[in-house]
Amino acid sequence: MDYVVLLKQVPDLAEDLEIDSAGTGLDREWMSFVASEWDEYALEEALHLRDATGGTVTCLALGVQAGDVDELLATCLARGADRVVRVGSFEQSPDSHSAAGAFAAALDGIPHDLILTGVQAIDDLDGQVGPLLATRRDLPHVSVVTHIAVAADGKTATAHQEYAGGVVGEFELDLPAVLGVQTSREAPRYAPVSRVRQLMKTATIEKADGGGGGSGSGLTIEAMAVPESGATAEMITGNPVAIADRIAAILAERGIGAGAPR
Amino acid sequence: MSADVMVLVEHRDGAILDTTFELLGKAKSLAAESKGEAVAVLLGSGVAGLAGSLGAAARVIVIDDPAFEAFSPSAYQAALVPVVRDREPTLVLVANSGAGMDVAAGLSAALELPLAAYATEVTMDGGSPRVTCQLYAGKIQATVRFERGRGIATVVAGSFPAEAGAGAGSPMVEAVAATASDGRVRFKRLHRPEAGDVDITRESVLVSVGRGIGDQDNLELIEALAKALGGAVSSSRPIADAGWLPRTRQVGKSGLKVKPKVYLALGISGAPEHLEGMRGAELIIAVNSDARAPIFSVAHYGAVADLLDVVPALTARLGG
Repeated sequence: MDYVVLLKQVPDLAEDLEIDSAGTGLDREWMSFVASEWDEYALEEALHLRDATGGTVTCLALGVQAGDVDELLATCLARGADRVVRVGSFEQSPDSHSAAGAFAAALDGIPHDLILTGVQAIDDLDGQVGPLLATRRDLPHVSVVTHIAVAADGKTATAHQEYAGGVVGEFELDLPAVLGVQTSREAPRYAPVSRVRQLMKTATIEKADGGGGGSGSGLTIEAMAVPESGATAEMITGNPVAIADRIAAILAERGIGAGAPR
Repeated sequence: MSADVMVLVEHRDGAILDTTFELLGKAKSLAAESKGEAVAVLLGSGVAGLAGSLGAAARVIVIDDPAFEAFSPSAYQAALVPVVRDREPTLVLVANSGAGMDVAAGLSAALELPLAAYATEVTMDGGSPRVTCQLYAGKIQATVRFERGRGIATVVAGSFPAEAGAGAGSPMVEAVAATASDGRVRFKRLHRPEAGDVDITRESVLVSVGRGIGDQDNLELIEALAKALGGAVSSSRPIADAGWLPRTRQVGKSGLKVKPKVYLALGISGAPEHLEGMRGAELIIAVNSDARAPIFSVAHYGAVADLLDVVPALTARLGG
């Protein structure tokens, strides 16, 4: 079984996002990047599946100049991936359609029975890479999945698709196929920083051409803005005790908690 | 190209989902502006009877075929591609659900139609759509247009009122034969959540906790506060994923939709998937250490603080 994981880096939300001077994008000057959370779940699932069925895990990450894709790929190796490939060369994070196009081109040279990627990313304005890539390569796909299993004969897989209200649909797919992973059976494993640093020096990071890049998203971004935070919230200030007192008073006005009129 | 606004209908157990009514109501008003029709597309097996409940649509395209007895991403996509290609609607509205994500992105790639994801507002400007999308976990809002004037939008649940799209009517029903199918993704069964010890959809006070709790042991503090308030503990997704609380306590897109009298959001940043499940609460009070957390944009009262400091103080104040 050859498993392929598609990954990318996204802006780190632990830091404040600023809008650029044109007002149509993020100010990237001081931005730091992290692996997209859902892509990490996809890798974790792929590693579990490979350990169960045998085979290989190949990680593909978009080659974006901002951020550090080699560190991301070295982290994949440290976690247990067999092979890592940097795909394409982009000045900035490409839109999802372009990313899907680059991954689709790279897959020509990479064996793949089951392709796993994050169900979404925080920046996928023009849709999710999984189903975009699947359709470009004419592969079946299911998004928002958990509970992935591969049949003993290696010809099909099953996965659960989540719906609202805790309802879940169970599907069987013919392989090769693409799954958009919602979460992994276990939290993504830890890769020691020292091991990642060592692998960045010694490991082989292959390169794959991302193709022609395609026609882009077909969207025109007119404006980007930080929504007015707290636009509706009345902010309570003070020390924790003062905050607690005020919350208790607000609840009491509504007849909830001690001190409420009975 | 037509001026129509198309809506993909989602249904389960013989009933139209609320998210479809939300889209239909919007489609109706947008189509009035673009001078086209609101067109609902209904796929299923033995579903023709459902068309009558899609009264907000001017026209319902029904593809009734045993192949669509249950939702399958591949089968739906294969059947919808020719419908959207031939009718050329100016806009296709799809719910940002598990099913909707698959179909919308699949259609976008198959038809080279642009896709605007995580939409929370759609307007018509000069006959072509303008879409507002949530990005970066709700921290950024983008306003986009389709380069050639037409495209697809996946819409976050709860963005539009369902009432505007619900209600009976007599739309023109057009039966269409499925010209294509794709059986590579096969529906096997539906799993429904087991009843939990507490039904959070019926509680009037919810003390809801997210990643900000830090450690499972701190849940005791949350339980104590819930007890003092006569409420129940609920959570955002990471807490359920970690197994710290049962899935039946999860609020949000994949969890439960709640409308309590009071919703205390503690250490919950307020990702769009979470807001979808709780923004209808009568009173929302949020405590979060990040002043820019999106939860403060839906909360009525907010405090920037560590929940581990505020919660014990509040419990003590309530005499718990």
